[in-house]
Amino acid sequence: MSTVEVSPAEPRSDEASRPVINDFSIQVATVNGSGSQTANTVLMRSIFQMGIPVSGKNMFPSNIAGLPTWFTIRASKHGYIGRKKEVDFLVAMNPETAREDVMSLDSGAAVVYDEPLKLNALRSDLHFYPVPFDKLVAPVCPEAKLRKLVRNMIYDGVVANLLSIDMQEIRKALVKQFGKKKAKAAELNWGAAQAGYDYAAKTFTKRDPFRVERMNETAGKIIIDGNSASALGCLFAGVTVVTWYPITPSSSLVETLIAYMKRFRIDPETGKASFAVVQAEDELASIGMAIGAGWAGARSMTATAGPGISLMAEFIGLGYYAEIPAVIFDVERVGPSTGLPTRTAQGDLLSCALLSHGDTKHPMFFPCSPEECFTMAQDAFNLAERFQTPVFVMTDLDLGMNNWMSDPFPYPTTPIDRGKVLSAEDLEKLGGFARYRDVDGDGVGYRTIPGTRHPAAAYFTRGSGHNDRAGYSEREDDYMNNMDRLALKFETMRTHVPPPVAEYNDRARIGLIAVGTSHHAVEESRDQLRNEYEIETSYLRPKAYPFNAELVEFIRRHDRVYVVDQNRDAQLLGLMRLELEPEDIARLRSLRYYGGLPLDARTVTDEVIRQEGK
Amino acid sequence: MSTTVTPPPKKVNRIGLEILNYKGLKTTLCAGCGHNAISERIVECFYELGIEPYHVAKFSGIGCSSKSPAYFLGQSHGFNAVHGRMPAVASGAILANHHILGLGVTGDGDTASIGIGQFMHQVRRNVPMIYVIEDNGVYGLTKGQFSATADLGSKLKTGVLNDLPPFDCCALALKWGATFVARSFSGDKKQLQALLKAAIVHKGLSVIDVVSPCVTFNDHEGSTKSYSYMKDHEEPLHEVDFVPSYEDITVEIPEGEVREVVLHDGSRLRIRKLDRDYDPTQKISALAALEEAEAKGEVLTGVLYVAPEKPTFIELLNLMDEPLATLPESKVRPSKEVLDLVMEELR
Ligand SMILES: Cc1ncc(C[n+]2csc(CCOP(=O)(O)OP(=O)(O)O)c2C)c(N)n1
Ligand code: SF4
Ligand SMILES: [Mg+2]
Repeated sequence: MSTVEVSPAEPRSDEASRPVINDFSIQVATVNGSGSQTANTVLMRSIFQMGIPVSGKNMFPSNIAGLPTWFTIRASKHGYIGRKKEVDFLVAMNPETAREDVMSLDSGAAVVYDEPLKLNALRSDLHFYPVPFDKLVAPVCPEAKLRKLVRNMIYDGVVANLLSIDMQEIRKALVKQFGKKKAKAAELNWGAAQAGYDYAAKTFTKRDPFRVERMNETAGKIIIDGNSASALGCLFAGVTVVTWYPITPSSSLVETLIAYMKRFRIDPETGKASFAVVQAEDELASIGMAIGAGWAGARSMTATAGPGISLMAEFIGLGYYAEIPAVIFDVERVGPSTGLPTRTAQGDLLSCALLSHGDTKHPMFFPCSPEECFTMAQDAFNLAERFQTPVFVMTDLDLGMNNWMSDPFPYPTTPIDRGKVLSAEDLEKLGGFARYRDVDGDGVGYRTIPGTRHPAAAYFTRGSGHNDRAGYSEREDDYMNNMDRLALKFETMRTHVPPPVAEYNDRARIGLIAVGTSHHAVEESRDQLRNEYEIETSYLRPKAYPFNAELVEFIRRHDRVYVVDQNRDAQLLGLMRLELEPEDIARLRSLRYYGGLPLDARTVTDEVIRQEGK
Repeated sequence: MSTTVTPPPKKVNRIGLEILNYKGLKTTLCAGCGHNAISERIVECFYELGIEPYHVAKFSGIGCSSKSPAYFLGQSHGFNAVHGRMPAVASGAILANHHILGLGVTGDGDTASIGIGQFMHQVRRNVPMIYVIEDNGVYGLTKGQFSATADLGSKLKTGVLNDLPPFDCCALALKWGATFVARSFSGDKKQLQALLKAAIVHKGLSVIDVVSPCVTFNDHEGSTKSYSYMKDHEEPLHEVDFVPSYEDITVEIPEGEVREVVLHDGSRLRIRKLDRDYDPTQKISALAALEEAEAKGEVLTGVLYVAPEKPTFIELLNLMDEPLATLPESKVRPSKEVLDLVMEELR
């Protein structure tokens, strides 16, 4: 039996003695369409099943097959689930990118690669493990057609061996992945994984320091992507009308919702649906349908991304003025359609907050995790109906399409809030109503829905040219009164949206503010700042817009406040500027990242340090 | 000396409502505008059919025509939406409550120019509603520019000639699978009434393109959508009568003279032949008739096509009978057991 010696030419002498346990990232570089998704998911799951906090991020091209993709799995005993910039363990399967992938590794990293690529010649400071994938796959997969797919499972076995991942966990994850119906496929893949494991066991001498050890940090947890979590939120929010037009990264939100609705929202007795889903002809129509449905009393929603938001602008403005509930999920992504549509960003904050023409502003929710996608979806429907207005749920590609570890979701504890809707009996008692009159002092009028069996129920809906009885008016005072009431309504929302999460540190001179997925990088960065630079920080994470009063309080308690943005033009900071006093604005600093990848802690830390002049 | 005058009994329809219950606000459109005549016919039809006003929802886009829903059915909910996108709003509302009777009123600019895409898809889905196009060949509200239904060679008041061919909304709707297609003229009271009533009871989407002259911007010499042009060029396919389902048919129908089309609710369209024997259940002959008329410079009016039983979008979606809008929480929020099951699957 031969042992291939492929360790670095000059390994750092202390390396073997300093194992790195449960704190590294694995990157698998493949070609999209090659079926690597299964192998990657199984690998991630098996680490999760060993009780180790884990996260997975897929970086994929806007293309169906043949372009490079990278899947990164991070194991973190500290529970960090943001992206880690440095790759510790590379699985290089893509000849196109292998060279660059290897060259960008830090010294001491490990590389599993397809033997013919001869990557070991590139550098002498890495640990190389060449694997003859084609030779190994042939005996375990007699059917040549399937080899391309099964081949990837081999690296799961190799990596399991090198990182001490329990093969039984790989098996369990495989069974879970394929389900009972595809037991044969699971067996085939299991054979491949075993072949990889056995090859590694008899061939390699472990030189790199990375490995896993069982922990107990994932018991009871689930793995889910943000879009599925949002879909579940809509399901339990009691959504009834769903309209959409496919666009990455939002499509899977609606597709998952449809699947759940078909399972759980068909009346078992009649076989009839308690929901309608329409794949519209475009986003002009999808939002129009959502608005029409909201007007007529449905809980309606649509899901889209930036290009769709642009098309929806006019209708959402009408929704604001005519005061119609609808929920819009914006799964943000980079730039225009021919930008980087499969990369993540938080670039629609300003456009959504102020979408449309005239004086419009809209509430937004900023979930940072699947659990918040679930709960905020429900909050969004309640807010939309309570305040009779379009509401945005701002997620992004990183949250929406990547797999996250999460606590199981809590069953809703409060009833669905349908807002101020008058029934025929109410109208009988009242004798009539004024649609846009502020009866309760919160800026929100009472509405009726079509089909209400009463001669006084009807009103005529149009934009802003109306008096408080919904009668046509172009009078200056009617218009201004209406606009002022809409402004009051927006102010009222400040105390109705979920409050921010604030972590004050008495010794901190500086604060950080972030929303959505920036949270994970900021959390880890605060530890880096403390551990590496002895800088204490406070942290405020607004969960919604309009911002709550605590924003100002937080800013005033710190000398400098870094506002984290995943866009070029500091949109989150810009939104704050719109309403803060000059002396508060003066304390704000901008910390931006806009490269299209999920924000990582190191980028935040380095930028704080740079601006702090340390 | 005093005399007591007993007021004459108020005239009511079969559900006991007066015509007043079907009226809207006073129109603000120009006197003589074709759209006003259409509004009047709408009021009469809903009154005569005895439809509860609360049962109806009106939808429109933007334009003079789209303003008109304020001028009829004041006891029905109305939604004046955005330009060209009435169909989407109507679809959403009808999905929310498929018991409401949707009445869309739009213009030729609203439907054939900016809104052609939504019109097309509404037809394709057969969303159950009435779709009235008040067709004057121009944009009235923006003061007289050509729309996409303006005929080749027709002239604007300013003398500008239209050098593009028109869209024929009826022919297009037929191609896209419409289940009820008719054309009428705002000045033809009797025909328009019969067609509107048939459109109201038709189960699916009913398209009625009504030539409706704009007296201010398109009623001059050289216009092909003027009153005088229509007087000379209207070519009724047949005489139509509408017999509602709740009325017994007593009159004997002379063999060969009259065709009957039975609509979904049992109402009938009685079609009396004029020059030709036209069968409105044949799509190919409808398309051919439109092509021939166009070649001859005639405006064919009447029921072009009707397929009374084609499934509607609501049927395709397999919706519950109860409106989605008013389903109780117990019907729309799955149980805790369902959430537990889903969570277990994700472990
Ligand atoms: C997005 C948008 N573009 C342009 C307009 C301006 N506009 C108002 S009405 C109208 C044309 C209406 O024409 P038509 O539908 O034929 O109605 P008519 O007034 O002739 O009855 C236009 C272009 C608008 N309201 N919205
Ligand atoms: S401008 Fe033309 S379409 Fe508009 S109201 Fe006057 S006549 Fe009618
Ligand atoms: Mg017009």
